[in-house]
Amino acid sequence: MDKSARRRNLVSEKNEPKGAMRERKPPTKKVMMPEQSPAKRRRNFDEVALGYTMEQALAEAEKCMQCRNPKCMSGCPVEVPIRDFINLVREKKFIEAASRIKETNSLPAICGRVCPQETQCEATCIYGVRNEPIAIGRLERFVADYARARGEDLPKLPSKLGKRVAVIGSGPAGLTCAGDLIKLGYDVTIFEAFHKPGGVLIYGIPEFRLPKEIVTAEVDFLERLGVEIKYNHVIGKIRTVNELMTEDGYEAVFIGSGAGAPSFMPIKGMNLTTVFSANEFLTRVNLMKAYKFPEYDTPVKIGKRVAVIGGGNVAMDSARTSLRLGASEVTVVYRRSREELPARAEEVHHAEEEGIRFQFLVNPTEVLGDESGNVIGMQCIRMELGEPDESGRKRPVAIKNSEFVMDLDTVIVAIGNSPNPIIPNSTQGLEVSKWGTIIINEETGMTSLRGVFAGGDIVTGAATVINAMGQGKCAARGIHAYLTKKAAE
Amino acid sequence: MYKIVSKKVLNSVTKMLVVRAPEIAKVCKPGQFVIVRANETGERIPLTIADFNRERGLITIVFQEVGKSTKLLGSFKRGEYVQDLVGPLGKPSPTDKKYGTVVAIGGGCGSAIVYPVARAFKEAGNYLITINGARTMELLLYRKQMREISDEFYVTTDDGSCGVHGFVTNVLGDLIQNDRKIDLVFAVGPVPMMKFVSKTTEAKQIPTLVSLNSIMVDGTGMCGACRVSVGGQMKFACVDGPEFDGHQVDFQELMGRLNAYRTYEAEADKRWINQQGGET
Repeated sequence: MDKSARRRNLVSEKNEPKGAMRERKPPTKKVMMPEQSPAKRRRNFDEVALGYTMEQALAEAEKCMQCRNPKCMSGCPVEVPIRDFINLVREKKFIEAASRIKETNSLPAICGRVCPQETQCEATCIYGVRNEPIAIGRLERFVADYARARGEDLPKLPSKLGKRVAVIGSGPAGLTCAGDLIKLGYDVTIFEAFHKPGGVLIYGIPEFRLPKEIVTAEVDFLERLGVEIKYNHVIGKIRTVNELMTEDGYEAVFIGSGAGAPSFMPIKGMNLTTVFSANEFLTRVNLMKAYKFPEYDTPVKIGKRVAVIGGGNVAMDSARTSLRLGASEVTVVYRRSREELPARAEEVHHAEEEGIRFQFLVNPTEVLGDESGNVIGMQCIRMELGEPDESGRKRPVAIKNSEFVMDLDTVIVAIGNSPNPIIPNSTQGLEVSKWGTIIINEETGMTSLRGVFAGGDIVTGAATVINAMGQGKCAARGIHAYLTKKAAE
Repeated sequence: MYKIVSKKVLNSVTKMLVVRAPEIAKVCKPGQFVIVRANETGERIPLTIADFNRERGLITIVFQEVGKSTKLLGSFKRGEYVQDLVGPLGKPSPTDKKYGTVVAIGGGCGSAIVYPVARAFKEAGNYLITINGARTMELLLYRKQMREISDEFYVTTDDGSCGVHGFVTNVLGDLIQNDRKIDLVFAVGPVPMMKFVSKTTEAKQIPTLVSLNSIMVDGTGMCGACRVSVGGQMKFACVDGPEFDGHQVDFQELMGRLNAYRTYEAEADKRWINQQGGET
């Protein structure tokens, strides 16, 4: 957005009378957030959205009606005190606003960037009934970034309880659970399989959407609070859940190991050499920094014409990453229509701005390869939407004789993940569903094993960062209740 | 960080590192592997655990220097540290069982991987025949150790510089021709070798296990880079393997997939050689 437009926007917002009747006014829009232009950003890995300036944040916060019975909080899986923090923004108490958020949400700079606010807090915003809702996500991002840049004080922690809890996985569920437990006085050790913390925040979500520096800073904050992280520890291999409890002195274990196994389509050509799972593709680029090859040793292979199968955030991330690596034509192939796209609205919008093409109502039927195993094309069939299926979404049905071939050299499969089986397979007595997800008590987060809790994608199957965080929070509460009761006995 | 407590140059292209990793050494079993990342900019590469010492908390890795990552690892000295070591990963070899007669075949660097597994087969009470093969005598590995644990021991070299002139499959084929009763064949080596070993045993349906060296990133089933067709089913070498029924493996596909990054590997290697002042 150019400066004059920004000024116009600010002026119009600032002139709104506080809490006045708004019937005659045209609906207001969110204060725009500056972004890198599509033409520029499609060739770099820098963050797309640049964040509010202080003026923009104040202008946006000023619109908040500070409802007596706010609805926004009910839409937040981690119970961020939204009205209170926005009020602190209005008073220019940005550090205090960040601290207020951190009381319930250990990862605000991340949530402000990757949460699907449009279906959560902003969906229930009362101001949003007649207008665009308050840009809660952008404000959260602003205060978190502000506080981080100025150095945050550590909150006062209660005295140590002298009880150890093991957290498996340092993704959003594990970090949230660890953060909440350390604030309650527990000694927390996170076991991470990779050499860096963050789980999907590090290996999955690209730099241009969530700079890794931010993830590192949020994790650093938890470490300063006293959370210990052990890297290169694949629980189920180097130690079992049972050993953590019986030999290593942990009184409770939280399993947040994620939905680790990529799904492929049951069609011919899935093992061709230039067919990649989105997990592999993104891990190479994000965790291993393959976009900096040969400075970093891990390579990533990308052709000129890329198809990404799937319609979720991971598909958008893969498509936009392909573009940034130099692909000239990137097409998202999705079997339902635009309305059913599960990706965050902003990501779809950004992808389109950058020139990603979409083929809706199209399903691949075979990936075609040459003799050395490289992809040369993909045969697809057109679909139409039929009756709703179990998920409530209209079932895509193939249209007879509508096959066609796309010319391609690379295919990225982003159709979801199934739960990683390493922990269920190595933990006797741990009950899992027929899909392999761990079964928990919804209230407490406890699994079929006493003292063993779980949350995140390993419980729900592939879902969002914020849902995983909500489950991590729920389990932390469950662990606290369990250990408090156990101590009393 | 994982300290290198000893290093040995096994031949012109193969090195051995003994690394302090007590937690891994405590629980690892023959046939399992680790993922190694040499330094901060390094790649994650899978290497089979060639030996371990539980009491001293040590594991041994043996690797052939084929490109940048293995050459970098090979440049480390005793007392230096490997950045990351993850494991033990994959399923252990099925060595806790008595089969009868087991033929263990190691080709080139594969011999180092076969050795601890063969030893375990022997300890489980099997009659152990080993075939140790390489291109040339200089590249034969673990000859002495293999001979010590074997009931019968054969050496083959492609150029005839040591032992039988020919391939490991020549010896294996002779054993089968002579109607020797073989209950299990276990082979580790270059993909073409494992492919031909599997072909050799197929007619008589002798159970044959091969250990696959697919490309991996995480090694925990998360990336799917190591997927391989086994009996028409998609398997992940890292969690379902690394050992599979050789008669069921699609070796052609595996070879294609192993070549996926060849041009990048060549580029990285060239750059490494230049950085080292033109020497390898």
